[in-house]
Amino acid sequence: MSFLLPCPNCGPRDVNEFAYQGEITTRPAGSPTFRELTSYLYFRRNVAGVQREWWCHRLGCQAWFQAERDTRTNEVLLTEIPPPMRHEGAPGPEATPALGENPTL
Amino acid sequence: MRLEPRPGERLDRGEELTFTFRRKEVRAFAGDTFGSALFASGRRIFSRSFKYHRPRGLLCCSGHCANCMMTVDGEPNVRVCVEPVRAGARVKPQNVRWWLNWDLMAVTDKVGGPFTPVGFYYRTMIRPRRAWPLFERFLRGAAGLGRVDKHAGRKRRFDTENRHVDVLVIGGGRSGVEAARQAQIRGEDVVLVDEGPEPVERWGFPVLWPARAIGIYEGNLVPVEHGSTLVRFRAKRIVVATGALEQPMLFPGNDLIGVMLPGAARRMIDLWSLKPGRRAVVIAGDERALAVADELAAAGVKVARVVDLRRTQPREIEAWGRYGRLESVTLDGQTIGCDLLLASGARQPAYSLLAQAGARVEYDSKRGIFVPRDLPPGIEAVGAVTGEVGKTAVPAATYNGAAKADKCFACVCEDVTDKDMKRALAEGFDSLELAKRYTTVTMGPCQGKLCHLPSIRLYARETETDEATIGTTTARPPWAPVSLGLLAGRPHEPAKRTSIHHRHKDLGARIMWTGAWRRPHSYGNPEAEAKAVHDSLGLIDVSTLGKLLVRGPDAAAFLERLYSNRFADLKVDRIRYGVLGTDGGRIMDDGTIARLGEELFYVTTTSTGADTVIEWFDWWNAVWGLGVETTNVTGALAAVNLAGPNARELLGRLTDLDVSNDALDYLDAKQAHVAGVPCLILRIGFVGELGYELHFPSPHGEYLWDTLLSEGADLGIRPFGLEPQRILRLEKQHILVGQDTDSESNLLEANMPWLVKWEKDDFVGKAALEHVRERGPREQLVGFELAKGLGSVPPEGGQIVVDGEPGGRVTSARWSPELGRPIGLAWVPPELAHEGAELTIKMNGGFETGRVRLKPFFDPDGGHLRS
Repeated sequence: MSFLLPCPNCGPRDVNEFAYQGEITTRPAGSPTFRELTSYLYFRRNVAGVQREWWCHRLGCQAWFQAERDTRTNEVLLTEIPPPMRHEGAPGPEATPALGENPTL
Repeated sequence: MRLEPRPGERLDRGEELTFTFRRKEVRAFAGDTFGSALFASGRRIFSRSFKYHRPRGLLCCSGHCANCMMTVDGEPNVRVCVEPVRAGARVKPQNVRWWLNWDLMAVTDKVGGPFTPVGFYYRTMIRPRRAWPLFERFLRGAAGLGRVDKHAGRKRRFDTENRHVDVLVIGGGRSGVEAARQAQIRGEDVVLVDEGPEPVERWGFPVLWPARAIGIYEGNLVPVEHGSTLVRFRAKRIVVATGALEQPMLFPGNDLIGVMLPGAARRMIDLWSLKPGRRAVVIAGDERALAVADELAAAGVKVARVVDLRRTQPREIEAWGRYGRLESVTLDGQTIGCDLLLASGARQPAYSLLAQAGARVEYDSKRGIFVPRDLPPGIEAVGAVTGEVGKTAVPAATYNGAAKADKCFACVCEDVTDKDMKRALAEGFDSLELAKRYTTVTMGPCQGKLCHLPSIRLYARETETDEATIGTTTARPPWAPVSLGLLAGRPHEPAKRTSIHHRHKDLGARIMWTGAWRRPHSYGNPEAEAKAVHDSLGLIDVSTLGKLLVRGPDAAAFLERLYSNRFADLKVDRIRYGVLGTDGGRIMDDGTIARLGEELFYVTTTSTGADTVIEWFDWWNAVWGLGVETTNVTGALAAVNLAGPNARELLGRLTDLDVSNDALDYLDAKQAHVAGVPCLILRIGFVGELGYELHFPSPHGEYLWDTLLSEGADLGIRPFGLEPQRILRLEKQHILVGQDTDSESNLLEANMPWLVKWEKDDFVGKAALEHVRERGPREQLVGFELAKGLGSVPPEGGQIVVDGEPGGRVTSARWSPELGRPIGLAWVPPELAHEGAELTIKMNGGFETGRVRLKPFFDPDGGHLRS
């Protein structure tokens, strides 16, 4: 990989400055079954297309942000720091609406 | 052998310089290359071939082939034909036993033929198995290129430079220069790179010369080798003008010294005024190559025969030589004496960079060359690389030759002959991609520049198909050989040092690496240092701990979600131990958390885990969007741990704070001035004795360290390092994350179930731990001790043997001076995880019996900590 990734804070930078943390997943709520738990932990969609994913500008501003990237071409359509949200409940899908389904095209 | 001064030559005959070749002086003019100067001095043998040690001379004279590779000033594999001369340089031949003109290993060429087919060593040198290292040593010595001097110091410093341009033009021929000029006229920011050896016409745009584009990567990234700098170009538009390369022809004896590509002879005459030979034969398939015949004549070379392949195709070509030097060539039975044979098939577009960028490569059967098609966006091609090479002919001559004919090389770099290729085909490697891997054809230093097309042709003839059917092999970077130093860049070995580091050195500490940190292993006597902590007072620099402020209205809720135990109920000024887990329930890091206010927590992490933990906190913070801010204060604060029975006495002397057991209890956190330095005092006991961790601004590190040592002198204070700390913590069975745990360990099996608060709604890893609880433990982390007085310690990673099978492993083990016996931690099967169970530990080439101890070895009730 050698494309440029625009950091929401720092602008376009070499992708080597970033840590990739994979596609956005949905954390199961309550007491998931073993299968639900393992698919959350280990199974990924591995989309051939646009996926939403986590990145951290590790060698830069160290911000965590989300990107929409076409995994086939590495074209980055969008990067943004997810808007802050206040939640009372425990983490779970309802607590992380921005991290829901992958907008797969 | 030098011609009279000619217009256009690159030499400055007014300036002479000398270098040494095999300790003998060689004279050169400014503008020469090492190769041209050596040729002028009469040298014809430049190297010995890779496998057969055949003598080789100049072939391409353009820095592509491996024929002129030598070791210059200790740097191996320098192509001397394009390397500009430097006064005083030391040039040596390579891959030679004895001497270039008389190489002992040349015997492989004479008698080795039947015994050394392609890949022979994998078939014949496999028995006896134990002898392979010997064989390998011999083979490595016999075959190959130059040697790297492993003991040499660093001579060159490599750097990396990043440049962003509108247009990058690769290749400085006529088309490349024109493309760059057009871009310049349009006002684009353009840079041209050219690898030489001929200089580039300059028109005011920046030129890197000599500079080699190594490849085209994703995102229009082009790394360019420019001297000792790797320039990483990012271009909006890349114009490839790499031209076309003359291709050697296949005929017996095609590697003899004197067989050259026409362009090589032209460059020798034009640039360096060298007379490439006395009597020449020219076999060529295009106008450009044929024109060299006229240049030869003008330079005083007798041209004995010119064959235009477009008109007449000789059926058989055989070159004959003695001692590796060309003496004659036979064309269809007619022998012509000559010492120079310029032979070239079609000029093949140098499409590799385009193919790397994603272009398709197609065979043009009319002209007998492969041409690039369907260029991806942002990539352009101009000039000969597009296939505009004029009218050419496909050489048709057979390479089989008469019975006594010499070897015919498909690939001179790797010494792959036509026989090797045929054999590969016979063995079933019918795809060129497979043949490439089996015979290593095209995998040598020229990267296929001079052997790709000939090997495709050979396969096409042998399989009775055509070049289009055989197809090309995948083009991959690097397009040209590149030194590893250039890719590695400037060596960075970052070391983190605490603000007290120089005091440790002054005290004679043995410094060791822990992650990127430099820390004192000990100050000379680990056991005495550990004893001082138990008996009187010890002082250790723990500035390396990760330190993190978590602040905000949701700070407590945030920590509740991250850690398995409770923090909402932690009182202000109190401390609690916590272990960070992943959602898979695995242990990630541990540390203490002090509540400094309702909305402010001070979190410490392990020394090596600090960066990971801070990133982890920030990530979950971004996920949850809670009202929390994290601040990394690892570097801002220094920390020392004052531990031992006399710790309170010393601390009391230096602060106004009430340090009595009632006012500053175990696991209390207080802020106060110590010796005038504002400190956060954490009363914790990692090493098992009464102890205070002082966290304070880094700049005061040396001052506070000195003050504590001098004020505590009468109390028997002694600095201690990591090693004594490891002994002390082991006596308490305190785990070290990463040492006693691995990526599979969880809290339940690591014997810390008390840290898991099941009643909490959720925390990271809860669901996974519930499943672990349900299935029951598979192994358990336990303490163990060996017999009193046993002098040796089991190795870390040593086996626990259960019923003759490996059943567990030792993770930490030390000899405890306090207990007088070896102690340790080990993962054992659950059935052995009970007090007093017997463990069979593999050590000392035999077995020792240990006993499981579930409670700390030292001070199991924590009386010392709370004293």
